Amino acid sequence: MTIPISYYLVLSGVLFAIGTLGVLARRNALIVFMSIELMLNAVNLAFVSFARLWADMAGQVMVFFVLVVAAAEVVVGLAIIVNIFRTKETVDLDDIDLLRG
Amino acid sequence: MTIELVIFWVLAIVAVGTSLAMIAGKRPVHCAVIFLGTLGSLAGLFLLLIAQFVAILQVIIYAGAILVLFLFVIMLLHAHSGEGPGEKIRFQRPLALALSLALLVGMSLVFWQSGFGEAPPAPPEGMGTAEAVGNALFERFILPFEVASVLLLAGILGAVVLSKKERG
Amino acid sequence: METPPLWAVLVLHALKGLVILVALLTAFAYMTWLERRLVSRFQVRIGPNRVGPFGLLQPAADGIKLFFKEDFMPAGADRVLYLLAPAISMITAFVAFSVVPFGPPDIKLFGVPLFQMANPNAGILFILAVSSIGVYGIILGGWASNSKYPLLGALRSSAQLISYELGVGLAIVSVILWAGTLELPKIVEQQTGTWFGFFPRWNIFILPVGPVAFLLLLLGATAEINRAPFDLPEAEHELTAGYQTEYGGMRFAAFYAAEYVNMITASALSVALFLGGWDGPFVEQVPLLGVLWFLVKVFAFVFFFIWVRATLPRVRYDQLMDLGWKLLLPLALLNLAVTSVMVLLWRELGGG
Repeated sequence: MTIPISYYLVLSGVLFAIGTLGVLARRNALIVFMSIELMLNAVNLAFVSFARLWADMAGQVMVFFVLVVAAAEVVVGLAIIVNIFRTKETVDLDDIDLLRG
Repeated sequence: MTIELVIFWVLAIVAVGTSLAMIAGKRPVHCAVIFLGTLGSLAGLFLLLIAQFVAILQVIIYAGAILVLFLFVIMLLHAHSGEGPGEKIRFQRPLALALSLALLVGMSLVFWQSGFGEAPPAPPEGMGTAEAVGNALFERFILPFEVASVLLLAGILGAVVLSKKERG
Repeated sequence: METPPLWAVLVLHALKGLVILVALLTAFAYMTWLERRLVSRFQVRIGPNRVGPFGLLQPAADGIKLFFKEDFMPAGADRVLYLLAPAISMITAFVAFSVVPFGPPDIKLFGVPLFQMANPNAGILFILAVSSIGVYGIILGGWASNSKYPLLGALRSSAQLISYELGVGLAIVSVILWAGTLELPKIVEQQTGTWFGFFPRWNIFILPVGPVAFLLLLLGATAEINRAPFDLPEAEHELTAGYQTEYGGMRFAAFYAAEYVNMITASALSVALFLGGWDGPFVEQVPLLGVLWFLVKVFAFVFFFIWVRATLPRVRYDQLMDLGWKLLLPLALLNLAVTSVMVLLWRELGGG
């Protein structure tokens, strides 16, 4: 028996929700960033399950693109975090409120 | 219960457990190492879904490069918890929990109702191999592929500009 | 032919794994001996010669000594990660070796090929993936020790490993382009036979890209396995022992074993990709001879690594990064481009 695709989809939904929770609840920029990565991974899982469902390679190719986006995003994002740390000595997102009036 | 289903449940529980531990972790280093477990179990799930090449890509790129970069930055910053005492936004945690739960319920409803409940058809020959991914990537998706390379270039430039020390 | 019983196949696989594991551990132990003897020779010393004839029992003595060392943990160390790091290093090192074919795949017992642990259809990528996990052993070991030198060593090594992974990967991709497959045994099989009746068809002899790719892989692998002259993560003059400074006893041995097993794997991979693997004279008549040829070639590589260590001075860190990013990577990209053009032309001209 093969596993119904909906199992995978629900799992990816759960992981995505956990990622959202991390982004909303945590204030450490690095952990927030990792939660975003988790969300991207959850989406990857959904893509791959759809590829399996319709026996279409497009879903798996999309994972490739998500990886590219994630890599570019991480490089720039981490550079920004390092820069903020250099000037503000903190990675707590709530302390980064220079623009607050 | 077939073996496949057992493997699925084990991997699913590991994935959910590690990701929960990841967002609850105190020290970023531990979070990163735990996240490695999530990535590993996801690679296993990809294998179950007949996507061998994607699974290996996942390990090489995510675990081998992206997460190492994370660790690199964590060590550079020496950030322990990185969260100051007290919350600036009131009820941040409960609100976050409520919102993400709402999201989860919404998504689960859609997924259950969409009728993907029955088992998927047998996969075609050679699905998920490097050859299949390559053929799809370089024939159907050649334009997005080129655009992706531009995106990577932009990422490189951005990182170089951001990490350059100010002159003068 | 009737199919062999399942239990026989399973037992055979387990036995094979056990034999390979023991062989690798023995090889590791005697490589330390070989390295010390050879380096002594290069430096006009004698080297270990007290324990057993020619010091042959020295590895056993070292093992016993390390085993009885105090099991300590530095103050303020990150307990879990401190214990996890050597395990990650060692396990990934051994797992990476499992897809290396060290003999012809036709030699089978109960339908199980004897000279390769497992043959996934993306064998090379598997090695890359596993070795990219191996980086964590070094980084976490350096971080968890809660000490300055290991942390600096870990930072250096993570930057170095990520940088050189690119050059190695691109060099390997050019071989994959030639071979058209990711399976290591198939890549080796394509290299059997001769050109013009006498010249071996090894990948290193595919002019002009073969030697370049081989050199790139050799340089990159030397950096990936932290061998001199690229052993900056453990440069003893600057960082005492780098990421393993705070480790002792069997945990230190685990890091050490990982390093040497990685050296064997890197040698074996280079041999399989470029030097025809088990190919050699009389292999077609006596297939078992292939294993011997393979071992001889791997030994040549190991000797080369030791030789280089005894000969060349360590490079500076900025030189290392310059070499990786400004020379190795562009060269690898150029090499890859030339290879792809050659492969395309070859197809156009009707070659196989």
